[in-house]
Amino acid sequence: MLDLAPDLTQAAGWMPIVFLVVMGLAMLAYVVLDGYDLGVGVLMRRAGDDDKDTMIASIGPFWDANETWLVLGVGILLTVFPMAHGVILGALYLPVAFMLIGLTLRGVAFDFRVKARASHKPLWNRMFYTGSLLASWSQGYMLGSLITGFASDWWTIVFNAVIGAALVAAYCLLGAGWLIIKSEGELQLRAVRWARGSLWFTMAGVAAISIATPLVSPTIFAKWFSFPNIVLLLPIPAATAVLFGVIFRSLQRLPVRLGQGNEYGAWVPFGATVGVFLLAFYGLAYSLFPWLVIDKLTIWQAATAPEAMGVILVGALVVLPMIVGYTVFAYRVFWGKSTALKY
Amino acid sequence: MDGLDAFLLARIQFAANITFHILFPTISISLGWVLLYFKLRFVKSQDQFWMDAYQFWVKIFALTFALGVVSGITMSFQFGTNWPGYMEKVGNIAGPLLAYEVLTAFFLEATMLGVMLFARERVSETMHTVATLLVAGGTTLSAFWILALNSWMQTPAGFEMINGQAHVTSWFEVIFNPSFPYRLTHMLLASGLTVAFLVAGISAYRWLRDDRSAEVIASLKTGIYMAAMLIPLQIIAGDLHGLNTLEHQPAKLAAMEGIWKTEKGVPAVLFALPDEKAKENRYEIAIPKLASLYLTHSLDGEVKGLDQFEGKHPPVAPVFWAFRIMVGVGMLMLLVSWASVLRLAPWKKDPSRELTVWHARLLVAMTFAGWIALVAGWYVTEIGRQPWLVTGVLTAADAASKVPAPRIALTLAMYLVLYAVLLVSYISVVFYLARHKKHADKPFGDDGTAGDTEKALNVVNYPEKEGAAHA
Repeated sequence: MLDLAPDLTQAAGWMPIVFLVVMGLAMLAYVVLDGYDLGVGVLMRRAGDDDKDTMIASIGPFWDANETWLVLGVGILLTVFPMAHGVILGALYLPVAFMLIGLTLRGVAFDFRVKARASHKPLWNRMFYTGSLLASWSQGYMLGSLITGFASDWWTIVFNAVIGAALVAAYCLLGAGWLIIKSEGELQLRAVRWARGSLWFTMAGVAAISIATPLVSPTIFAKWFSFPNIVLLLPIPAATAVLFGVIFRSLQRLPVRLGQGNEYGAWVPFGATVGVFLLAFYGLAYSLFPWLVIDKLTIWQAATAPEAMGVILVGALVVLPMIVGYTVFAYRVFWGKSTALKY
Repeated sequence: MDGLDAFLLARIQFAANITFHILFPTISISLGWVLLYFKLRFVKSQDQFWMDAYQFWVKIFALTFALGVVSGITMSFQFGTNWPGYMEKVGNIAGPLLAYEVLTAFFLEATMLGVMLFARERVSETMHTVATLLVAGGTTLSAFWILALNSWMQTPAGFEMINGQAHVTSWFEVIFNPSFPYRLTHMLLASGLTVAFLVAGISAYRWLRDDRSAEVIASLKTGIYMAAMLIPLQIIAGDLHGLNTLEHQPAKLAAMEGIWKTEKGVPAVLFALPDEKAKENRYEIAIPKLASLYLTHSLDGEVKGLDQFEGKHPPVAPVFWAFRIMVGVGMLMLLVSWASVLRLAPWKKDPSRELTVWHARLLVAMTFAGWIALVAGWYVTEIGRQPWLVTGVLTAADAASKVPAPRIALTLAMYLVLYAVLLVSYISVVFYLARHKKHADKPFGDDGTAGDTEKALNVVNYPEKEGAAHA
């Protein structure tokens, strides 16, 4: 594989790798962070009116910053890999547009629902749900397209649509896990039930991606199923299976414990789901590297000039720790059970 | 033909998006600083009405900010979906500038907004004030990076072309390109004026609906004085910006002024219907030699006409008219804001001075006047740059994507419907909030607020009044 790579001691060799890592981490941060608030948005349809307010309150201070990770991820794609940006977003034109409309709807519904006249609130709540669902599903569809190398035959479209549904389920699992941490009483117990429902779909989705990925590309197949890779990589699916087991067991035990007011283990479903996302991400990253478009475009072919990358890198090295710092600060400020939002 | 249609649709889509997007950052940039002003006045005086004003306007800020964020995300994707050639050719310059905006401003605003909106009871008063400052600073920093990039596209500098790609030779020259200082100043003042008229208009609306609380009076005065102070500065900045355009983008200036032939002593055209086929103005009403005077500061100064830029000048009529709308609204702003200051006359000792009902209605009518001038000015800038995307480097046609026209048409229709709904919702919710305050501030006359009202009448310092504010 390394024969694809230019001299790694040169800036044009190693910088694209560094940015691929930064972009990957930004996308991962996005999927986990905006994932839970999108999931809460999708779950909102099943909640009563009071619970809806509590659910929104649990994500209110965070959703905006969560979404910014998407801008950073796409920003790096746009600025560091301009060639790939045009190819990828051109191929994903429609799902991208649907995602943007979904994100727009939910972003504004969040504010309008409490500010518009009370009789309009149910309408904005529906918009919030619809927007969350549309954005989540479109992202899953795009993930499917990325794996299938932007093929556009009928089966690929079905596959992508199924992956879209699986990502919705995975976000719901994450969102339900978030609600278990941030809510109390009846809503908390309901969140446990939601998590159980989402778990099966999530597992099916992860399995589907894991099976499909090596099948669509001989390159990826060779990477996974050659010796000794297969032995070294086996821990990824194994650990994923273990984490799913942990979530399953935790969701069985939590209702009794939470019913007694015991919060022990309330973090487990969310934490373990994040773990699943990390592993899935790692597996995907291993499969795709160093391609940005499978078998067509590598990171080195798509990268911009080293001097431009250098300028961004300096900024990123200085600023990213600060971003992480004040993000941690914001989460600490809003630590604990969510309370009604007012300002 | 297909390609041409797709190109046109992509342009309309992008134009719709930037038009919608720019409305909201323009408000958030200055409203952030107005909020900080309210907050600091409260911290200093401990007068509750300043906090009430803060809490009213912070809701509108949050709503505005959300609309700006979502439409901004859409825009960042459309660079790739609609104009892939843009990043491929000038990505080495546009990329770092956009990246710095995201890194230095986006995260800061988005994170601190949560603290500013929801954490007043969870953090110290000082931390809350700092969060407000960081949000205001973040929005302004955003404007800095975006205008650096936009200005560079208008008047590129500090780069060389190697193998068809722009490479930076000096970042200082890229950022501080010839039109940047003028464009940034002009835009920040436009933002200030938009917010000044928004604040004055909504406050006048509340005042007309018999909400004469200290908070409303304080907001009203803040808006009016802000407008009255900023509009003369804007006229000066606009004039300087025009001179800069004359020097660096003469084709745009010729279109703005409707000057078809290079001449000495060109007139200032007040009204005309520019005719591109005949290359002349129809029904022209003009003041002889005036344009030469304000453009070259000499009655016989020569100004380049559109004949110098055959085939490479922007469409004349939209630029010509957008410019007149911008200037016209600006003049109206000058008259209304100064008339309001005279009416409220801070130097007179008459305590009963108030707006008349008609005067207040005029302010309400001008609530979104800033938006009109802003969008008109934005069209002068952006249409005026055509056919170039980056002046002299890249045309819009060369940057366009190969996405099939029906897809662009479909998404364009979706965006247009969405934007129309959101714009109507935004404006109606702003007025709805003005009618139904949910926070606790008491109308004038309630126990303990009379003193507040008196202080509110003194928003801008002037000699102590004698007697009560309202008899």
